[in-house]
Amino acid sequence: MSTKKNTELEEFEPNIIGFLCSWCSYAGADLAGTSRIQYPPNVKIIKVMCSGRVNPMYIINAFQQGADGVLVSGCHPGDCHYTHGNYLARRRVATMKKLLEFLGIEPERVRMTWVSAAEGRKYADVVREVTEDIKKLGPMTKIRREKEW
Amino acid sequence: MKIGVYVCECGSNIASTVDVEDLVEQAKEFPYVEVSRVYKYVCSDPGQVLIKQDIEEKQLDRIVVAACSPRMHEPTFRAVLEDMGLNPYVLEIVNIREQVSWVHDDKSKGTAKAASLLKGAVLRASLMHPLERKKVGVTHNALVIGGGIAGIQASLDLADMGFDTTLVEKSATIGGKMSQLDKTFPTLDCSQCILSPKMVDVNRHPNIDLLALSEVVEVDGYVGNFKVKIKKNPSYVLADKCTLCDDCVPVCPVIEHDEYNQGFSPRRAIYIPYPQAVPASYLIDPNSCLGIDPLICSKCKDVCGPEAIDFDMKPEIIEKEVGAIIVATGYEPYPIENIGEYGYGTIPDVISGLDFERIVSASGPTDGTIRRPSDGKIPKTVVFVHCAGSRDPSKHLPYCSKVCCMYATKHALQYKHLVHDGTAINFFIDIRTAGKDYEEFYQRAAEEDQVIYIRGKVSEVFQDGDKILVKGADTLTGETVELHADLVVLATGLMPSAGTKEIASLLNLSVGMNGFIREAHPKLKPVDTAISGVFVAGTATGPKDIPDAVSSASGAASRAAGILAQDELEIEGTVAQVDEDLCRGCGLCAEACPYSAIEINAINKYGHALRVAFVNEALCKGCGSCAAACLNGAINQLGYTDSQILALIGALGEE
Ligand SMILES: Cc1cc2nc3c(=O)[nH]c(=O)nc-3n(C[C@H](O)[C@H](O)[C@H](O)COP(=O)(O)OP(=O)(O)OC[C@H]3O[C@@H](n4cnc5c(N)ncnc54)[C@H](O)[C@@H]3O)c2cc1C
Ligand code: SF4
Ligand code: SF4
Repeated sequence: MSTKKNTELEEFEPNIIGFLCSWCSYAGADLAGTSRIQYPPNVKIIKVMCSGRVNPMYIINAFQQGADGVLVSGCHPGDCHYTHGNYLARRRVATMKKLLEFLGIEPERVRMTWVSAAEGRKYADVVREVTEDIKKLGPMTKIRREKEW
Repeated sequence: MKIGVYVCECGSNIASTVDVEDLVEQAKEFPYVEVSRVYKYVCSDPGQVLIKQDIEEKQLDRIVVAACSPRMHEPTFRAVLEDMGLNPYVLEIVNIREQVSWVHDDKSKGTAKAASLLKGAVLRASLMHPLERKKVGVTHNALVIGGGIAGIQASLDLADMGFDTTLVEKSATIGGKMSQLDKTFPTLDCSQCILSPKMVDVNRHPNIDLLALSEVVEVDGYVGNFKVKIKKNPSYVLADKCTLCDDCVPVCPVIEHDEYNQGFSPRRAIYIPYPQAVPASYLIDPNSCLGIDPLICSKCKDVCGPEAIDFDMKPEIIEKEVGAIIVATGYEPYPIENIGEYGYGTIPDVISGLDFERIVSASGPTDGTIRRPSDGKIPKTVVFVHCAGSRDPSKHLPYCSKVCCMYATKHALQYKHLVHDGTAINFFIDIRTAGKDYEEFYQRAAEEDQVIYIRGKVSEVFQDGDKILVKGADTLTGETVELHADLVVLATGLMPSAGTKEIASLLNLSVGMNGFIREAHPKLKPVDTAISGVFVAGTATGPKDIPDAVSSASGAASRAAGILAQDELEIEGTVAQVDEDLCRGCGLCAEACPYSAIEINAINKYGHALRVAFVNEALCKGCGSCAAACLNGAINQLGYTDSQILALIGALGEE
C-alpha cells in the first residue's frame, strides 16, 4: 500500500482487477500482446470461462482486498460463446453499481465492456481509459479490509 | 502439498522486459512452493523433461508455469502432468508474455505485475483439486426432424454412413416446399425431377425409418443419449396395402381445397398429396372426412379392393433412443394477407410466389398454361413485386429473404418462355444475385428475354375493371409509375415455420430476433446449436436456396456423425457442482444456465424431502453462470471455484 500513501509525491497508480471471458476478451488481450500494442500495466487479468461467471461478490471483494477499480469484459452482445452469459454479466454489473453507489463508492470504479478476440487494439484502449478514469477518482479506501500482513 | 514453479524466458521474449530471476526468487517465498526455476523455453522437450524430473524427484503435486498464454500451451503442459500420473487439471498457467512482457516495456512495472499474477497463481494452485473427465456412452442412431430437402439430404447422408436414422415429418409426405416448385433457378431444371428420386431413396433405404404424419412430442437426455417420444397420427390407409389405384377418390362426396396446388384445385377427403408423394399412399384427412365412421359414410372403404382403409387407426406413441438430432423444420412464406396495401385476398389476381409455382407447373391446376385465377385468361402483362414483406423493418420482415430476387426473376423468365408476346415487369429495391451463375441468370432475363426491371417500390395495388392498377415510384428517374397489369405476383419472403418454432421451444434451442434457430456460432459453427448433439440444417436457421440448404444438411450430418461414430464421449472436468447442504432449491441457477443443464429435484436427506439443484454434467458446458447466480454459494464451477478466484483477487489486490 506504500505507493498509495504517497499520492501527493508521485502520481497515483491505480490497481485494477479485470475479469475477462476466455473466448473473446482474454483472446483480445492476447492479440494486443501478439500485436505488441503497449498499454499501462495497471489492469491485472483474471480469466473466467464466461463473463457470466463473475459473481457480483467478486467486485465487492476486489475493493475489499485492495483494488481501486474493476473491469468486466465479455463477448459482444449476441456473440457470447455460451449464448447469453454476457447479458447476465451486464445485468449483474448494473445492479452492483447501484449497490456501490448506496455504499458511497463511485460506481464508475466498475466498468463493463465488450471486447472480441479480434479487438486487441480496443482492449489496449479500454485499459488506457479505465486506468485514466480510476486515476482521476483516486485510491479506493471505503471498504478496504485491513490486513495483518 | 508441493508446488513447482517454472518461469519461462521464451528466448528474450519474456526475459528482456521481465526480470525472470527476480520472479523465481520471489516465488520461493510463496506458500507450498517446493521448487522454483527459470528455463529458456519451458515448452521445449528439455523444458518438459525438467518438470517431469521434478515431479518424480520432489513429489510435486501442483504445477505453475509462468510463460505464454494458456491458449498456446495449456494442452502441452496438461499432457506433461498426465504423463507423470498427475491429474491434468492441477496446472495453472500465468500469462506473462502476451499480457505482460509484450505489452509493457517498463521492466520494473512489468515484473511487479508478473509477480502479483504469479503469486495469485500459486495461491490458486494450492486450492486446486484433481478433476474427473467423465465418460458417457453413445447410442449410434440419429433423429432428423423435418423432411424437406434439407432433412432428406441429412437422413440419406447419415444412413449411407451406416447410422440408423429416424426421419420425422409432420405432413403426409416428405419433400417440403421444394416439391411445390416447378423449375429451379439458375438452371431451370425441374424441381420434382431432381427431388423425387431422393424421396424414393429415403423410402427404400434400409437404415431409414420414415415416420410421416408424425411429430416429436418429448425429448429427454443429452448428447449421445437422447430419449425421444414421437406421436404418429393415423392416415386411415394402410400404406403397404394401398396400390394407388385411385378407386376411392371419385366416390368420396367431400370437396376440399388442395394444399399442394395452393388451393387452386379441389381434392377429396381421401387423397394423395401428389403423385410422387412418399410414403406413396392415399390418406384420409380427418378434418374434412364426414366422420371416419362407417355409420356416417364408408364409400371409400367399400370400393377399396385391397382393403387398405382402416377407420380404427389410432394415434401411436413411438419411443426412440438416439445419439444426435438434426432439426430441419424449414420455413414458411410470409403471410401476404399481412401486406394489406398489395390487395392479396381481396384482389383475386394478386397471388404469391408459391401460387405462381403451381400455376406455371405442368402438373398444376392449369396444366402448365399460365391462367389467372379470376377468369382463367392468359395474362398479357404481369407485374412481379420483389421484397414483398421483406426488408421492411417498420411493418414486415426486417431482413432480406435471399431467394426472392432470384425466384421472381425465374418466374418472369418462365412467363416469357410461355407467353411470348407478354410483358413481364419486375419492381425491385436492389437485385441480389449472390450465388453461382445467379448474376448471369438475371442478365439473361433482362437482356435475352426482355424482362423489364424497374427500380422502385410498389406502393399500392387496386382492382380497376378487369385490370389491376399498380402504383409505384421509379427511384432511378424519380417519377411515379402507374401501370395496368393482368396478374400481380408477390415475391414474399421466408420466415421460420410454425414447426421450427415448436421444435425450438421443445428442445430449448435459442432463436434469434426473427425467430430462426440460432447457430452455436454464426460463422464457425453454422450447423451446430448451443445444445451438444443437436444440429440444424436448411432454412430453419434462416433463408436459404436449395444448394445452401443441401450443403448445410450434409454439414449437419457429418457433425452428427462425429458424435455417432464414438463409443464414448468425454466430458470436460470443469462442470458445475452443487453442495446439497447449502442449496435451498430456489432454482436461480437453473434460470441462469444457458443449456438447461440444471434441474431442481427432491431428495431424501436427514429424514426430510429437500429440493436441491442437480447438474446434468453431460449438458453442462462449464460457463459458471449458475455459480454467479446462487445467493447461497451452493453451486460452484469446478476448476474455477469461488475460493480459487477469491484467492486470486486477494493476491492481485495486494499490489
Ligand atoms: C416461391 C419460391 C420459389 C423458390 N424457388 C427456388 C429455386 O428456384 N431454387 C432454389 O434453390 N430455391 C428456391 N426456393 C427456396 C427453397 O424453397 C428452399 O431453399 C428449400 O425448400 C428449403 O428446404 P428446407 O428443407 O430447409 O425447408 P422446407 O422445404 O420448408 O421443409 C421443412 C419440412 O419440415 C416439416 N416440418 C416442419 N416442422 C416440423 C415439425 N415440427 N416436425 C416435423 N416436421 C416438420 C415440414 O412439413 C416440411 O416438410 C424458393 C422458395 C420460394 C418460396
Ligand atoms: S444451487 Fe443455489 S441457485 Fe441453484 S437451486 Fe440451489 S440454492 Fe438455488
Ligand atoms: S456451468 Fe454453465 S452450463 Fe454448467 S450448469 Fe452452470 S450455467 Fe449451466
